[in-house]
Amino acid sequence: MIDETLIPKVGVITDVRKDTPDVKTFRVVGKDGKKLFEHMPGQCAMVSVPGVGECMFSITSSPTNMEYMEFSIKKCGCVTEVIHSMEAGAQVTVRGPYGRNFPVEEDFKGKDLLFIAGGIGLAPLRSVINYVRHYRANYGKVVIVYGARSMDDLVDFEEIKTEWMNEPDFNVYLTIDRPQDGWDGHVGFVPAYVKELGLDPNMTAVLCGPPIMIKFTLAGLLELGFEKSRVYTTLELRMKCGVGKCGRCNVGDKFVCKDGPVFRMDQLDELPDEY
Amino acid sequence: MLRIAKEKLNALYAKISETMGLFIPVKKAGEVNYAVWSEGKEVSLETLKTVKSPKNMFFPQTENMMKFKTEGKEIEVEDLRVDYKEVKEFVLFGVKACDFKAMEVLDKVFLADPVDTYYKSRREATTVVTLACSRPEESCFCSAFGIDATAPQGDVTVWLDENNLYWQANTEQGEKLTEKVSDLFENGGEEDVKAQQAKTKEILAKLPFATLDLSRFKPENLNELFNAPEWESMSEACLGCGTCTFVCPTCQCFDIRDFKTNDGILRYRCWDSCMYSDFTLMAHGNSRTTQMQRFRQRFMHKLVYYPSQNDGLYSCVGCGRCVNKCPQRLNIVKVINTLGGKKND
Repeated sequence: MIDETLIPKVGVITDVRKDTPDVKTFRVVGKDGKKLFEHMPGQCAMVSVPGVGECMFSITSSPTNMEYMEFSIKKCGCVTEVIHSMEAGAQVTVRGPYGRNFPVEEDFKGKDLLFIAGGIGLAPLRSVINYVRHYRANYGKVVIVYGARSMDDLVDFEEIKTEWMNEPDFNVYLTIDRPQDGWDGHVGFVPAYVKELGLDPNMTAVLCGPPIMIKFTLAGLLELGFEKSRVYTTLELRMKCGVGKCGRCNVGDKFVCKDGPVFRMDQLDELPDEY
Repeated sequence: MLRIAKEKLNALYAKISETMGLFIPVKKAGEVNYAVWSEGKEVSLETLKTVKSPKNMFFPQTENMMKFKTEGKEIEVEDLRVDYKEVKEFVLFGVKACDFKAMEVLDKVFLADPVDTYYKSRREATTVVTLACSRPEESCFCSAFGIDATAPQGDVTVWLDENNLYWQANTEQGEKLTEKVSDLFENGGEEDVKAQQAKTKEILAKLPFATLDLSRFKPENLNELFNAPEWESMSEACLGCGTCTFVCPTCQCFDIRDFKTNDGILRYRCWDSCMYSDFTLMAHGNSRTTQMQRFRQRFMHKLVYYPSQNDGLYSCVGCGRCVNKCPQRLNIVKVINTLGGKKND
């Protein structure tokens, strides 16, 4: 019989990194020690704990990483709670990749890129950012604006500090919601910060974060003169199958799992407001 | 065309059952549903609407998909799929034009890339014998969707009148089945079928929902229809029971769940319903929090979203089961009449 996408592969967790009080990043390989499958930045995978459930997560590692995949997972439901209790050596099941990726080989090429993330919203963008770093010559300058509730809630803080901030033509702007001891950076919400920074509206922007952040940030970008057709985001809805059949993530004539999760803002305008 | 006297139908069923599984409308506990035929079962081809549509022949209400064996940290995945074509072929007998059209609607979902192999293996192992309607009822409105209840397609089409069943193969698969049973048939019947079709057409023309106007249900009106204020009043009485979705021949939403057994963890899928509040519930919130939104989703999907994805094919076939079964007397006909085209004004 031909392969069935709903039947997953077994993945072994080889490393667990605690990013924030409620976000951990899990490194996963197949039982043979090799990467489970290839993906493109922005695509997702279904990770499951048999007996508990299966959920869709963005693959946070870059496709250019040939050794393993990483998932940055926030503890917020029954499956993620069990995953958070897992240590290196534990096994999960993984299937994918699902969905459309960011157009890194098409529309993004040769462009100046602006990445704006809030909280765990950095997870899907990290894949793109590291892809861009790997193929640095193909892209223009990069601006990253990343905010979290507090300093402790910044996902991948180490990588941001030691790698992204040292990358040529990379400008990284961090912000936290409230002042905190030991933080001498910017304080304030992402949408306001984006407006303050007076960013160049000719950049191609990628947004990911809580819906409220996306809403206000987008409004800010439009005020700065950004065009919706050059602003991308990635959506998240409940999913079971990942291939546009179970019906859950249907919005208008799209299924977020297969027609998304990456959408341009002008495409989202066409959809009914139900995501 | 071939014909067989009604008294001999049992012999036909027995003949088919010799080599294939035969699913046919059978009366059991006062309800008629598709079931495997065996000698002594009360077949009811005359029943216009089985309670459940034949969709569960290919997309069962619950279905085991795989099993996980765990030992310590080790997980083993066991594939529970069956290749029905290898094991046994089936005949689905007596499918009405509406339910047959619904199979086309489901095929476009389950056979689209990536193919759902669970569905495909059953679908490919099945020869579909459709049955033309002879007594459509008031709740029927297949003709609004361009379906001809007097000439359904499928591998074989059969017609029934007072005396005979008439048989016509339409596909190679249908011819193969015909060869197996041709001994029982005589030639002829074209005129009788024409007469039967003419009678049925007379009834169809008089049905109250025959003139439903679908002209406004087009992709370009998606947002206008979505934002129509009428959804509030139309959905007010909806209990969210999900009956409409379960009896619907085109509803295909499903859930995937795990069940711990003494011998591993079973992962199964089962029918689900967009009418339920937890259908879209996530750890961090719900994209459809009100029954109005869920009600709207179901009808918008059938009349606008699905056609927009599938070259204008509606995901409603006018079988009328929801018209008969909704405990609150809500249904797609009311939605079409309320939001539909000029003819409904």
